Amino acid sequence: MDKDLLKPTEAQLKARRKRNIALAIALAVFVVLVYVGSLAKLGPGLFERAM
Amino acid sequence: MALVDQEHMDDTGLRLSEAAPGDFIALLKPRVMSLVVFTAFVGMVMAPGVPNPLLAIISIAAIAVGAGASGALNMWYDADIDAVMGRTARRPVPAGRVTPGEALGFGLVLSAFSVATLGLMANWTAAALLAFTIFFYAVIYTMWLKRSTPQNIVIGGAAGALPPVVGWAAVTGTVSMESLVLFLIIFLWTPPHFWALALFKSGDYERAGIPMLPNVAGHATTKKQIFIYALLLAASGILPVVAGFASFAFGAVAAILGVGFIWYSWQVLRMPESDTSMKPAKALFGYSLLYLFVLFTALLADRLLASLGLVS
Repeated sequence: MDKDLLKPTEAQLKARRKRNIALAIALAVFVVLVYVGSLAKLGPGLFERAM
Repeated sequence: MALVDQEHMDDTGLRLSEAAPGDFIALLKPRVMSLVVFTAFVGMVMAPGVPNPLLAIISIAAIAVGAGASGALNMWYDADIDAVMGRTARRPVPAGRVTPGEALGFGLVLSAFSVATLGLMANWTAAALLAFTIFFYAVIYTMWLKRSTPQNIVIGGAAGALPPVVGWAAVTGTVSMESLVLFLIIFLWTPPHFWALALFKSGDYERAGIPMLPNVAGHATTKKQIFIYALLLAASGILPVVAGFASFAFGAVAAILGVGFIWYSWQVLRMPESDTSMKPAKALFGYSLLYLFVLFTALLADRLLASLGLVS
C-alpha cells in the first residue's frame, strides 16, 4: 500500500496537533529548568569561566 | 505472557495515533506520582542542610518524572493484565489509545532524562538511587515478582518506599539511618494498604492471574498478615522519635495514628468470610492513605516547629 495514500482523519490531526504543543511546552520547560538550574548550581561565575 | 509479546500492527503496518497528551500524562500514574513527590519532599526537608530552593524544586520534579517513567514502563509491560481488570482496563495501553511501543519509548526516555537531570542538578548518589528505584519497580516488581509470588507487593514495596531516601540524598549526597527510618515506615505501610485493596478486588486479580495473597493464601491468612503488619507499622511510626529526629509531640501523633491503623486492621481481622461488601477492608484502604499523608505532614510540621524553637 502506498504510504502517500494514507489520509489522517480530523481526529488524528487534532490529536497530533495537541501532542506537538504538549511536546513543545515540555521541551521549553526542560530547557528553562536546565538553564536556571545550571546558574543556581554553578553560580553567576558560570559566564566568566574560560572557554 | 505480557501484551508486549503479542503486539502487532494493523495490516498496512502503519498506524495514526489519536492519543491525546492526557493519555501520556495518565501513563505517568499521577496519583502515585503525587505520593512520591510528597514523601520525597519530606525526605528533603528532614535532611540536614538547606538546599538551593530552585535546585530543590528541580530535584523534586526529576524524582516525580522518574517515578512517572517507572509507571509508564509498568503500563507497557502489564497491558495484558490491565485489560482484564476493571480498575485498570481504561488505561491508555489496554484501551488502545497508546501502543505498548509508545509507552515503552516514553518510559525509557523519561527515565534517562530524569536520572541525568537529578545527577547534574543535585548529585549522582541521588541519581543512582532514582535509577535503582525505576529499575526495581519496572524490572524486579513488574516483570518478575508481580506475576510470580504472593509476596510481590512486600518486596516490590521497596520501590515505593525509596523516594524519601532519594530526597534526603539529593540534599546530603548520602543515605543515612534517618532516611532509612522513613523508608521503613512506607515499606511496612505498603502490604496492609495493598492487601486491603486486594481483599475487595480479589475477583479482578484472580481474572488477571496475579498471585495476590488473598487469592493464593486465602482471606483469613491475608487478614492476619494485615494485622501483623499494622502492629509493625504502628511501632515504626514512632521510630523517628527513638532515632532522635522528631519530637515527643510527633510521637504522640504517630502513636494515635498507629492505634487507628491497628483498630481498622482489627475490624478487617474480625470481618466474617460471608461479608461480600467488605466495608472494613475498604475503610482500612481509605484510612491507610490518610495515615501516610498525616504522618508525613506531622513530620513536616514537627521540623517547622523545631526550626522555630517551639518543640525540641
